[in-house]
Amino acid sequence: MLAVRGVTLQYRTRQSNQDHLVTATYRVSFNVLESDRFVVLGPSGCGKSTLLKAVGGYISPVEGDIILDGSNVKSPGPDRVFVFQEFDQLLPWKTVKENIVFALTAGRKLPRRQAEERAMLNIEKDKLSEFANSYPHTLSGGMKQRAAIARALAMEPRILLMDEPFASLDALTRAQMQEELLQLCQDTNFTVLFVTHSISEAIRIGSRILLLSAHPGQVKAELNGSESDEARLRGLLFDA
Amino acid sequence: MPDRPEIIKPIVPTDFDVVEKPLGAWHRIWNIGAVRKTALLIALALLWEAYARWLNNPLLFPTFVDTVKAFFADIASGELPKAASYTIQLLIKGYLAGLLIAALLTAFASVTRIGADLLETLTSMFNPLPSIALLPLALIWFGLGDGSIIFVLIQAVVWTVALNTYSGFRAVSPTLRMVGQNYGLSKVGYITRILIPGAFPSILTGLKIGWAFAWRTLIAAELVFGVSSGSGGLGWYIFEQKNQLLIPNVFAGLLTVILFGLAVETFIFRTIENHTIRRWGMQS
Repeated sequence: MLAVRGVTLQYRTRQSNQDHLVTATYRVSFNVLESDRFVVLGPSGCGKSTLLKAVGGYISPVEGDIILDGSNVKSPGPDRVFVFQEFDQLLPWKTVKENIVFALTAGRKLPRRQAEERAMLNIEKDKLSEFANSYPHTLSGGMKQRAAIARALAMEPRILLMDEPFASLDALTRAQMQEELLQLCQDTNFTVLFVTHSISEAIRIGSRILLLSAHPGQVKAELNGSESDEARLRGLLFDA
Repeated sequence: MPDRPEIIKPIVPTDFDVVEKPLGAWHRIWNIGAVRKTALLIALALLWEAYARWLNNPLLFPTFVDTVKAFFADIASGELPKAASYTIQLLIKGYLAGLLIAALLTAFASVTRIGADLLETLTSMFNPLPSIALLPLALIWFGLGDGSIIFVLIQAVVWTVALNTYSGFRAVSPTLRMVGQNYGLSKVGYITRILIPGAFPSILTGLKIGWAFAWRTLIAAELVFGVSSGSGGLGWYIFEQKNQLLIPNVFAGLLTVILFGLAVETFIFRTIENHTIRRWGMQS
């Protein structure tokens, strides 16, 4: 369904007043199948977030192709919805419900009434009913992430792109959110591309795990989630 | 290490009835900003009255009571309301025109790089320039009339509003921008539905500063030349009363200027703030 073929990504940064060209990933290839929970795992700076942004259409590869359902990814679009690590991804001037409705009317071009119905449905499914009319700044970090996930799912994208969505949460909330995400995956069968630097999170979430090396990110291994344990992943990641 | 037994306890309902206690009546009243500010204003008025009585020179510094009397007398005679309404309609015209131009400049600046350069250059040139300094030129270009005052007002409003809006746009977080792009909004939709609300705290700051600049400039411009097309504004009123040595009326005119400023600040801007950035948690 999503094919990433030999993708090399570069971006510019400014360090001590000099422009640097950073190669984030080098010729990365993988295939994501329908209802995969595809995890990209690697150390900090292996270009996994950049890779996800490229799939999202925010960055175009210098080499290689990203193909979703047979057509090239060129720009951001509502068929690939992002969930970020940052808590400020909900629009602060809208309540939780309005955030979802706006995503549906603006992104999915649904008429308002239908959008509202679907928003309420997703709010209930995600156990957010009490907070439907709250503004984001009144929610806890976990609730904000839950609302962001509800918003993304309501848009019914072809693929959900999650960039370390639980990394800023405390350990207890994180474990709970991972559990809920798995439950949602089982119930609705959507496809996820999930980026993380946590080995244990990769094992919990992933049905398929892609290991990237550091600087620049290259594919080290692609494994089945069910056959992986921490020791094996650790060995593959840290032993050359 | 001594051998310690493990302890597991059931949670029993607590027996205090009060977890949160409401504040006392005096505290609650003192917590209302309007009450504190009114108390300050009363104290200032008392100070004024005391100093004026001690000085005992109504030509230099009339008492608070005399000023209030003159104020109400001129309201009753219709002179002050007429001057004030003339000034306010000029202010509204100039302010709105300024906002329109600022919006166009900012839109141009956020779409193209040369537009951004233009805005940055123009603001660094004209923002520090007191707009009243352009009045002599404006008089030559537009003649004695509303036109030249409005020109000066626009110059007072445009730069701060444009500068604040533009820097607000640039400060919208990358995450929010990416969320906006994710929805596949059009360029106009992206500006009006993501950038403007995202930059609203600094847009509002720009609007407030712009309004204060405009109000100052307007009164000053009217002081310099008031009678245009037969009816003078507040600045002219102050000037005229001074010429007739009606000092309490001069003070009454100044009081009107201040009162209008306070009213705009508390009724308009405070209301907008409470309904937007405070409710959204973008300002505490």
